[in-house]
Amino acid sequence: MNVPDHLYFSESHEWVDPALPESATVGISDHAQAELTDVVYLELPEVGRSVSKGEAIAVIESVKAANDIYAPVSGEIVEVNEALAEAPEPVNEDPYGEGWMIKVRLADADEVEGLMNAATYRDTIS
Amino acid sequence: MILSPLHDRHTKLGARMAPFAGWNMPIQYCGIVAEHQAVRESGGIFDISHMGEFEVVGAEVVTWLNGLLTNDLNSLSDGEGHYTLMLNPRGGVIDDLIAYRMGEDRFFLVVNAAKIEEDRDWLESHLVPGIDFADRSKEFGAVAVQGPAVATAWSRMELEHPLPKRNGALECEDGVVVCRTGYTGEDGFELFAPVEAIGSWFDRFVDEGVTPAGLGARDTLRLEKCYPLNGSDLDAEHTPLEAGLGSFVKLDKETDFVGRDALVSQKAEGLKQHLAAITMTGKAPPIRHGYEVCDPDGEVILGKLCSGSLSPSLGRGIGLAYLDAEDCHPGKRVSVRVRERAFPAEIVKKPFI
Repeated sequence: MNVPDHLYFSESHEWVDPALPESATVGISDHAQAELTDVVYLELPEVGRSVSKGEAIAVIESVKAANDIYAPVSGEIVEVNEALAEAPEPVNEDPYGEGWMIKVRLADADEVEGLMNAATYRDTIS
Repeated sequence: MILSPLHDRHTKLGARMAPFAGWNMPIQYCGIVAEHQAVRESGGIFDISHMGEFEVVGAEVVTWLNGLLTNDLNSLSDGEGHYTLMLNPRGGVIDDLIAYRMGEDRFFLVVNAAKIEEDRDWLESHLVPGIDFADRSKEFGAVAVQGPAVATAWSRMELEHPLPKRNGALECEDGVVVCRTGYTGEDGFELFAPVEAIGSWFDRFVDEGVTPAGLGARDTLRLEKCYPLNGSDLDAEHTPLEAGLGSFVKLDKETDFVGRDALVSQKAEGLKQHLAAITMTGKAPPIRHGYEVCDPDGEVILGKLCSGSLSPSLGRGIGLAYLDAEDCHPGKRVSVRVRERAFPAEIVKKPFI
């Protein structure tokens, strides 16, 4: 499973890229997409919504089941990957790239430090 | 949980396993959509070892079974099978099954895994002298090999016997029963073999290029063809007439059968409900069992989906729901509620494809 070193991870398998603190990028991990299998539908939140860490913010569906995606950090949603609503395949094919889901303006930049780093996350899924 | 005789093979193939009717069964291997397409386009193999197998023998077996099943067994010659239903006295469904006539006085019944005990108890409670009933479910492992290319795979394997014709059944010397039936709407067969032999049969078909497919794809394949799933689309409260299975119910056969009176009255009064086929008409999330079917505005609840899925062949949601007869004509616009939002849908003719 691909777990890029520069990302942070939640226990519910979302990743956060804090490279730009003004708008951290969020998606789901390679492990999560493999567990879900073929993603056929994605329901993303509205831009402008304020979310708290742990809040359900999106629904991701395979043929077999619907699952929630949780906010790994608190803040305001400033952008969503609209292309995924039309064609969600990148979530499976490129979960850390074209499969990104939302960008969040962090309410508290320190919150990212509370997430798992890549090494710790790798241990939890192995 | 019961393990299939093919369990080690599923694990080796990386299947995702889940409980089904008390068994730990493969839901998918490489992915439901790919497995579904493999069956529609070439061939797939399903583990159906969980299914139940009964053998019924006796000089009066036709008359006895005809008193408990809706279809007319007199229409079968030796080596032929058909779909039929077993009803309670109210006309509700106990189980749907396939009955194969293996000889003049001998039948092979294949029943649903979740209903083996109930079916056995029901049949045994109606036993009469001269009829021998045996539940042979534990002796058999089974695979369903389905798809347009599987008959040629069978020929390539140069087996002793040719495949039986459509709906036919064949007994081989080694205790194997091969039936030209299935639950996918494609050509194919179901092979029942002694538990210790089923693994090598599975391997031989996989070696011939048949794709392992799980219960996930089995469900999407059957739903596209509107084949009912007992426990979801069929239950003790709904009759086969309401389920749209009237062609498998022979009200005027020689033998009276359990449930017949209820069906005759229901027919005379007119059916109040039908199992309707519903398709999503615009972009919508996959629809699932239990979702509400509503009027087009999403305000009046008309019924609930007893089956629902994304159709891999059509690329949109399909489902079945019992609705009032006046709501059931093809072309009628309805909606399906997903997470508090109504998405447009319409009633269509069965099957979906």
